[in-house]
Amino acid sequence: MDPLDVDARWADAALAIELLAIDPWLAGGVVFKAWPGPVRDQVCAWVTATVSGPVLRLPLHITDDRLLGGLALTQTLQRGEVVLEKGLLGQADGGVLLVPMAERLPTNLTALLAAALDQGQLTIERDGVGGLFPCRVGVVALDEGLEDEATPVALSERLAMHVDLREVTPRSEPSRQPDATRVVAARARLAKVEVADALVEVLCQAALALGVPSVRSPLLAVAIARAHAALEGRVAVEEDDVAVAARLVLGPRATRLPESAPAPDDAANDSPPPPDDERDGADDDGGPGDEGPDVSTAEVVLAAARSAIPPDVLELLTVGRAQRTGPRSTGKVGAARASTLGGRPAGNRAGVPQPGERLNVVETLRAAAPWQRLRRTDASSRRVEVRKDDLRVKRFVQRTESVVIFCVDASGSSALQRLAEAKGAVEQVLGDCYVRRDHVALVAFRGSLATLVLPPTRSLARARKCLAELAGGGGTPMAAGIDAATGLALEARRRGRSPLVVMMTDGRANVGRPGSHGLSPQEEALRSARLLRAQQVRALFLDTSPRPRPQARALALEMGARYLPLPHLDARVVSSQVQGLTEAK
Amino acid sequence: MALFPFSAIVGQDELKLALEIAVVDPSVGGVLVFGDRGTGKSTAVRALAGLLPRMRVVTGCPYHCDPSSDPMACPWCQTATGPRVSSEVSVPVVDLPLGATEDRVVGALDLEAALTRGERTFSPGLLARANRGFLYIDEVNLLPDHVVDLLLDVAASGENVVEREGISVRHPARFVLIGSGNPEEGELRPQLLDRFGLCLEVKTPQDLAMRVEVVKRRTSFDRDPAAFLGRWAQSEAATTTRLSEARGRLREVNVADAAIVRAATLCQALGTDGLRGELTLMRAARAAAALAGDTEVTDAHLKQVATLALRHRLRRNPLDEVGSTVRVERALAEAFAA
Repeated sequence: MDPLDVDARWADAALAIELLAIDPWLAGGVVFKAWPGPVRDQVCAWVTATVSGPVLRLPLHITDDRLLGGLALTQTLQRGEVVLEKGLLGQADGGVLLVPMAERLPTNLTALLAAALDQGQLTIERDGVGGLFPCRVGVVALDEGLEDEATPVALSERLAMHVDLREVTPRSEPSRQPDATRVVAARARLAKVEVADALVEVLCQAALALGVPSVRSPLLAVAIARAHAALEGRVAVEEDDVAVAARLVLGPRATRLPESAPAPDDAANDSPPPPDDERDGADDDGGPGDEGPDVSTAEVVLAAARSAIPPDVLELLTVGRAQRTGPRSTGKVGAARASTLGGRPAGNRAGVPQPGERLNVVETLRAAAPWQRLRRTDASSRRVEVRKDDLRVKRFVQRTESVVIFCVDASGSSALQRLAEAKGAVEQVLGDCYVRRDHVALVAFRGSLATLVLPPTRSLARARKCLAELAGGGGTPMAAGIDAATGLALEARRRGRSPLVVMMTDGRANVGRPGSHGLSPQEEALRSARLLRAQQVRALFLDTSPRPRPQARALALEMGARYLPLPHLDARVVSSQVQGLTEAK
Repeated sequence: MALFPFSAIVGQDELKLALEIAVVDPSVGGVLVFGDRGTGKSTAVRALAGLLPRMRVVTGCPYHCDPSSDPMACPWCQTATGPRVSSEVSVPVVDLPLGATEDRVVGALDLEAALTRGERTFSPGLLARANRGFLYIDEVNLLPDHVVDLLLDVAASGENVVEREGISVRHPARFVLIGSGNPEEGELRPQLLDRFGLCLEVKTPQDLAMRVEVVKRRTSFDRDPAAFLGRWAQSEAATTTRLSEARGRLREVNVADAAIVRAATLCQALGTDGLRGELTLMRAARAAAALAGDTEVTDAHLKQVATLALRHRLRRNPLDEVGSTVRVERALAEAFAA
């Protein structure tokens, strides 16, 4: 990265922290994309030094009762009366929660943080106590996600500023430090800062031009523009403030390039222009200039936002996946954790906890409570007398979620005549998976590589969309396809789900992996198939060729898969086979 | 915390209509709101609290019983001594917070009373607090399935039966269930969809002027909630009046046989399961007529509410490319062309 750019990134990080520190709740927070290391440590140190309220770290394995608060067990038992205690969210009131590894944040924590950010207060109704805490917190999400992972959208969309520090070299010196005294002065001034309607309009227009769908984003941009004006000692928002807001808030959220934007040089050379339908969308929304308030301001703002558009937007557009708004995070960590606890809670039962079981303290207390007067030998004692009969154990329903991974041959040999039928079968299975609450994923291979078309999801809407966009043609890189499916299956298993691979191909491989050692594509495919079997992943092989072939059968055998020749792919048969395999655990 | 005024919400007419119908006739059976992020779903539902007409309750009763109701139906009124005194309170809009545990939802043994005094008393839960009002669940699709089942069951029967820890209580729990969520976070079990009376999908406004107005109003509300509420007080009051007038008019709205035939034809054309579709459609149409100040349910009212009442009751073909909204609209065009 250019040293000048590095300086600019450091400056943006410092500025974002100042803007956050003025009123963390109003700004929502900051997403820092950064690798673990000195750069991230520096940012964390700045947050702690600049924010005037508490700065608390949120561990990903935190339980609901520690995050939300609830019954204070020790005090309750000591005093013999119900004592409510604050959780981490309540303790962080007026300050900031630091969320490391935000890309792994489970859905339930995401939803709780989102609720706190929306309401600035927290209602709890748990374990026999209820209460209301003020909870004006900001969230600093430290996102170290690789290309495929990101902070859950439900959280990141509520955090105003997004700063990418991944390319800042660890040894570079920060170009400037956040200035805490400036923040204090700005805080006093913030309430007086006015913003002209025309400038609000500029921000809304820029958001539309950049393809930022949520109305929350321009709203946050206005808040940041006001905070910046306060920081600069002004009581009215000016063009400069709006430009900063566009750079920190709108640019990083862009899903398309604004009309007048010159394509970034490096990307333009090897990527075709965005597809037409994306362009059409931009036209309808009226670029700057229709009856825009001030064309020059609008241009300045767009230019500022452009500098912060993620470099992969153009690439994503060409792949047709710009709207990657789906929650790759759906229950990621949550699923793994639920499985270690043994499934979802399902009430309690009386009895002494066996190894691996957990005592439900509140229910145990409830069981003991009515007997206290009888049991206390000393009337003045406040101790709670608990007997063995009172013990209550949490019950869980063991239910491993299934992931059905479709590995579809979209090559010329197979696809051109069969792809439509394959799609039909996949759709049928999808519909059934949906009813059974299974997750589905889709890998397609054609040309020279296999692509993950649909990461594991339960969202039918996304599955349908991905499937409709699936194109056919090209060679058959069978080995790559099987490898991709194996990788996905292992990943699913690590997350506590049980995978099932459904191969749909005619079994004829003709494209090898790069760097193959004199093996034919077919031999390579067989090797990949053996690897899949070695991992003991359940598999179903659907031969889609018009007449069943020995290659396909051989491949299925190596895979340890159930082989089904389907001269006329019948969606219902496929579906019942999948169901049979997912239920046979 | 101050709530954003209902009448200041820009656009989202269908959402507002659905909520108003639920206020006018709670028997339509709940509203389910699905939609994109940041569309003001929860803002609109929470804003309801600000404009609901007030109601008379038995003073002291934790279930806010109607003074004219049968005292034997309520465990508190049953045991209360002396004459029933009534007072006026605002209709409850209870927010079911995420992470709520089952004992707080249905009610449970009062821990404190038991620990300190050794008494076995019932501490009413959120369902008791929501009686005769609204129960709102944000992110309904993230709620554990067994809690959703329980809520729908109570909402349908109007009574909460608690049998736990040696406590046996049944109390009235009539409330309008409002759920909202984002389908991308995981879908609601299809079996639960048609347990909600009305269902709608909200979209982010793509119109610049509308978005500018949203941002302006919200910014000015955030800066000074009190002043903003003051500016909108009159229009909020007008909405409240309109709602309570519509509620009073509801009984006078006449449903002609012709309208019932229309509704049945429409449901038949769409192949909705069971009779819940027709019933909800008629009730919603009646409420829409009352809101419009009419005394007769006409085709216009049926058209206005048909998608709301039927869109989630179609035979499930989860992969149908055509959205169910479009299917309802097509059937509407056919049914009313004849």
